[in-house]
Amino acid sequence: MRAIGIILAGGNNHRMKELSQKRAIAAMPVAGSYRSIDFALSNMTNSHVQKVGVFTQYNARSLNEHLSSSKWWDFGRKQGGLYVFTPTMTAENSYWYRGTADAIYQNLSFLRNSHEPYVIIASGDGVYKMDYNKVLEYHISKKADVTVVCKDMDPHENVERYGILKMNEESRIEDFEEKPVVAKTNTVSCGIYVIRRRQLIELIEKSAEEDRYDFVRDILVRYKNLKRIYGYKIKEYWRNIATVEDYFRTNMDFLKPDVRDYFFRQYPDVYSKVDDLPPAKYNVGANIRNSLISSGCIVNGTVEDSVVFKKAFIGNNCYIKNSIILNDVYIGDNTHIENCIVESRDTIRANSYHKGEDGIKIVMEKNERYVL
Amino acid sequence: MIKKEMIAMLLAGGQGSRLGVLTTKVAKPAVSFGGKYRIIDFPLSNCINSGIDTVGVLTQYQPLRLNTHIGIGIPWDLDRNIGGVTILPPFEKSVNSEWYTGTANAIYQNIEYMESFNPDYVLILSGDHIYKMDYEVMLDFHKQNDAVVTIAAMPVPFEEAKRFGILITDENRKIVDFEEKPENPRSNLASMGIYIFSWKVLREALIANANQPNLDFGKHIIPHCHEAGQRLFAYEYNGYWKDVGTLNSYWEANMELVDIIPEFNLYEEYWRIYTKSNTLPPQYISSESVVEKSIIGEGSDICGKVYNSVIGCGVHIGKDTVVRDSIIMNETSIGEGCTIEKGIIAENVVIGDHVHLGAGQEAENETDPHIYNNGIVTVGERSTVPGGVTVGKNTVISGKTVLEDYPDGQIVSGKTLIKAGEER
Repeated sequence: MRAIGIILAGGNNHRMKELSQKRAIAAMPVAGSYRSIDFALSNMTNSHVQKVGVFTQYNARSLNEHLSSSKWWDFGRKQGGLYVFTPTMTAENSYWYRGTADAIYQNLSFLRNSHEPYVIIASGDGVYKMDYNKVLEYHISKKADVTVVCKDMDPHENVERYGILKMNEESRIEDFEEKPVVAKTNTVSCGIYVIRRRQLIELIEKSAEEDRYDFVRDILVRYKNLKRIYGYKIKEYWRNIATVEDYFRTNMDFLKPDVRDYFFRQYPDVYSKVDDLPPAKYNVGANIRNSLISSGCIVNGTVEDSVVFKKAFIGNNCYIKNSIILNDVYIGDNTHIENCIVESRDTIRANSYHKGEDGIKIVMEKNERYVL
Repeated sequence: MIKKEMIAMLLAGGQGSRLGVLTTKVAKPAVSFGGKYRIIDFPLSNCINSGIDTVGVLTQYQPLRLNTHIGIGIPWDLDRNIGGVTILPPFEKSVNSEWYTGTANAIYQNIEYMESFNPDYVLILSGDHIYKMDYEVMLDFHKQNDAVVTIAAMPVPFEEAKRFGILITDENRKIVDFEEKPENPRSNLASMGIYIFSWKVLREALIANANQPNLDFGKHIIPHCHEAGQRLFAYEYNGYWKDVGTLNSYWEANMELVDIIPEFNLYEEYWRIYTKSNTLPPQYISSESVVEKSIIGEGSDICGKVYNSVIGCGVHIGKDTVVRDSIIMNETSIGEGCTIEKGIIAENVVIGDHVHLGAGQEAENETDPHIYNNGIVTVGERSTVPGGVTVGKNTVISGKTVLEDYPDGQIVSGKTLIKAGEER
């Protein structure tokens, strides 16, 4: 393969509200059986990228647990493999990662010691399927210095939290603004970049000398006129889950047959850590409509228009509507949950009532669970 | 030096002909069970959960599915540097090449494999029972009694005892005699076909009986040890243990899984059952569907009504279809408006629209009444059933059937429709 992979999975932000207390965004459960980072990792392995580094910093426990073995994504190889880089203290450096470019800088030997000519950088919070080789081909054909994967979002969508770019007719990026107050276009950067390895080392070293630490602000935006930066537009499904609303919407997208078909049935597959859970069980009184139910669940009540993650227990006479129930949640009898995201491993007492009135309510009850 | 205290030898070469078309193309241990599992997952999971990390799997009949399922043993954590899982098919030798001619003969032919681990004990298992058992506890029992052979046994009702090998023991569980399928059983302790041997004794007994045709544990090796005056003990087991050797017992064992709290509970944290999962996505239950008292595997798409059934992974059930008291295995697709009652539908089957399986009155099966009975409709793997047909009870369908195979659009109860040779 001609490229190595880097997955930036260190980030977190306040837009995830309480959901980020527990884990980095890249470790957020998505679509019932997956974690957000599975999509980037599966894309890497399906694109035959053999050597991938994951950069993580914020609350990495959950993510590290998920990546405890690389075999699920077929990275348990002698050639290449999966490398997880958390910040470490060295003789020269005792800082945390001060930004994405700094994260790469602090692990520059990973780039130096590789021989592949290109680097594919992806973020851990995107839900999409992509053959990175196509981007690489494009990158080479354009003789670009950096290629940025981008997508036209719906005109009515709020895009101010993304990097906004404007391309000329040759797809060269003329304007690049990170999280502008008012977006000039609705073309957003997907946070996926292709760059020559030596070029990346050079740019990262130069930034570090100038005490600049962010890959987008300090490299892409600053060099947009100096370097040949091209956009590669995708039409396929792509979503970023880094706000509560987008996270909710992305999960709900999987209730649509075309989205399920695209991710679950069409080649190539998305891989994830195997949990060895028994099949989902539906007892008398279960009533499911238009919902996704994952393995290990036991359902006794009503579930409508919802996504239920692995190993959830739903008690008798419950009513779950338009909600996301994360992994290993116990919901006691006669509980009403509507327009909510129930945090993983939560225990909801019997007869509870939760309803998101305007917008999505995040439920975290932190009750003790008594297990027989 | 390589040293393992106990290794397991898992006999998985049998056809299991009483499962009818389910085992035409796969060995019985590779038949699906309980939605996402295969029968062999239970003994393999028991091994790793009991701390046994070296397992030889003896295959012979139709091994492809078994081989791909087991692979290098990753799902059971049996991918080891030393030991792990090894598939042991029969092989050609410079003299006396033969197939595995009996249970003990198969083990005899693999003496070299066992010897390479320098074991103290060898555990002999068969790949066709559903149970959870800690073999380490059984080994402790073996050691405490200074036994040479320990046979796991479970009490069965006296009236059923004549179907089993029966062990007669003294008050210390030392075996004094045994009977194979006795008319008037003297005891109700039935052998479960699980043995722990002290390796030296097993080796000696195998070599001493090497020329015995169809060398069998129950018929030859155990009597040999008994006659030599060795210490044989019965280890009493009282948990769930199910032989799924017949279609009827297979169907019943599956149906028990959908009880509110099943006797055989797959949902306990402790003692997990592992399997190779190819399918990861969650299952989708549509707006028009009803699912009650059922278990469903990953990635299935349910648009119909499912009652009291066990559904595998990647199954599609169309709109307005009713599935009742049935077992539907992985990757099978059922069209719209069908009715399926008491069916066992194997893997990768395609059933058209408006098909009725299990219609009408029961009638004895014309070809194999001892296999296809109790009103069950059995459909073999990779079969096709065309739309609009009606199929009676105690029937069996296998192969790519077309409308012309169904006179007047139906197969009456008791008929056998096996189209061989058309596939591949």
